[in-house]
Amino acid sequence: MQCPKCHAPMHTYNRNGVQIEQCSGCRGIFLDYGELEALTQLEAQWAKPVPPAPQAYPPAPPAPAWGAPHGGGHHGGHGQHYGGHGHHGHKSWAHMLFSS
Amino acid sequence: MTADVLPQLTAEVTAAAHPDAAPCRCGTATTTLAHRPDTTVLRHAETVAKAHAPDTDRAALARRLATAARLPEVFLPPLTAAPAAFVDDRPVTLWPYGAPVDPDAPAAAPWEAAAVLLARLHRTTPTPAAPPMRGPAKAALAMARLRATLAASPPHPAAPPVLRAWSALPAWARDEAPMPGTPALCHGDLHLGQLVRHPAPDGPWRLIDVDDLGAGVPGWDLARPASWYACGLLPPDEWTRFLTAYRAAGGPAVPADGDPWAALDVPARALTVQTAARYLTKALAADRPLDEVEQSLIDACARMAPE
Repeated sequence: MQCPKCHAPMHTYNRNGVQIEQCSGCRGIFLDYGELEALTQLEAQWAKPVPPAPQAYPPAPPAPAWGAPHGGGHHGGHGQHYGGHGHHGHKSWAHMLFSS
Repeated sequence: MTADVLPQLTAEVTAAAHPDAAPCRCGTATTTLAHRPDTTVLRHAETVAKAHAPDTDRAALARRLATAARLPEVFLPPLTAAPAAFVDDRPVTLWPYGAPVDPDAPAAAPWEAAAVLLARLHRTTPTPAAPPMRGPAKAALAMARLRATLAASPPHPAAPPVLRAWSALPAWARDEAPMPGTPALCHGDLHLGQLVRHPAPDGPWRLIDVDDLGAGVPGWDLARPASWYACGLLPPDEWTRFLTAYRAAGGPAVPADGDPWAALDVPARALTVQTAARYLTKALAADRPLDEVEQSLIDACARMAPE
């Protein structure tokens, strides 16, 4: 078919099961009946939130009320560990493990 | 004064390593394992000599050595039952060499072994002659040093939370009253530098350093790992490994199950305050800012005793 605007030939593409005619001249797009709705539906599926990942860590052991908000235990976080993914490097507090 | 200790202690450790009085021909150099204002530890071949602090209570040290000697399943056994010599008026004790925890691999720390050793120690009934465990006294000393340094420094924002958290502790934790509860035999200064394998390099783990050993609240020995965990430094799984192994070995400091914090809260607060005080004193003396880890201890103090 020809583009209704610039009369250049239109080419058909299949995108996720939706037929789309695009003009080879002005790049305009022609949608058949229901295709706009099909595209909207597809978009909604993409935007749907990812289901939450299963709990990767066992529940943290109890900690006192004065404990670090993102560290010890009952707040459930993984804190500033020397070997973990915290803010502190391995060396930054390891010396404390060995001193009075 | 400290400068005199090294040559004299070197002579002591070399002589102890070669008891036949022959001149040393073993070809090993004497190495310094620790050299601090109040403690010097030297190694020659398989023998280690420790010069204790000048103000050491000698009678109490003798009782502490005897306690370690009768608990070879817990403590590295001393080579002599009494201080072997005095250098510069400081008692010297002799020990076999044991292999320490690798300071570059703290993630490989023997948490289970430490817990089992502590449980064994805590299940030992102290003799009536046992001196008190010195944990609270050491915490009070750290606070006295901080106060002395603060008196000679401009005001520091980290000082008030540390002082408040200290004041909020019960008298016994500040060494101002006797320790409560049924006394257990305690190490008094547990950290990863207090564990060695004997015989080196792969014998069983044993505790070292008898200077603070005595009768007291066993929760004090669990309180450093507890404090590190509460401050968000020690990963939860390492704390769990330590606590679980201690309970499995029948350690009496905490209930067999459930929340252990009723028993650990006071000692863990005391040791958090003590550590915060030590690092703040060092930072003030060096006129440097606190680093992030040190600040996390100050923050914990602030949460213990809000303004």
